[in-house]
Amino acid sequence: MNILVILCLVIGFLFSLGGAVGIIRMPDFYSRLHPAGKLDTLGIFAMVMGLALYNLTHFSFESLLLSVKMFLIVFFVFMSSPTATHSIVDSGMRAGLRPWTKKKGKE
Amino acid sequence: MNTFFLCIAIGLCLLMALPLVRCLFGPTVLDRLIGVNAIGSKTVVLLLLIGVLYERVDMFVDIALAYAFLNFVAVIAASRYFHKRKGLYEESFMD
Repeated sequence: MNILVILCLVIGFLFSLGGAVGIIRMPDFYSRLHPAGKLDTLGIFAMVMGLALYNLTHFSFESLLLSVKMFLIVFFVFMSSPTATHSIVDSGMRAGLRPWTKKKGKE
Repeated sequence: MNTFFLCIAIGLCLLMALPLVRCLFGPTVLDRLIGVNAIGSKTVVLLLLIGVLYERVDMFVDIALAYAFLNFVAVIAASRYFHKRKGLYEESFMD
């Protein structure tokens, strides 16, 4: 059980690391939203699922209730994080932010 | 096991510095909004880890849920606010 928890947490940490590096390194606003929207969601999913599994080690009614609450957090994040990302993209499109392209005229 | 959780929590704290750089030096306002969203979504996991370390998960799980909800509402409200600012970012966009 502990090995599964450690595996979940490390996988989630790696996904969060990829998301953070992508937010720094991407060249453009729209491409920066790609790691921010997807990798953070998957990182939260893996890490909170690992914590919920660790919570179920000493099984009782309270720990089951806490794990269900953690699963509800994951469910809420899975609904809310793409919605927030889409809202930011919509705001950028309406404000007239142009996507990044290769500059062919200046070569 | 507690040491491992502590290491993951410290690693998450260090990881929050990277979106913070994007928050500080972002070219547009929406870049800063992305950074705030990323930091907030990492804070949810950090709150749960703190709850496991202090053995008060029953209290911290509610705080984490409220924090996720507040983060979502903040991002939605800020992006709706910047809807009507047409042409605000034209001068800051690198041509």
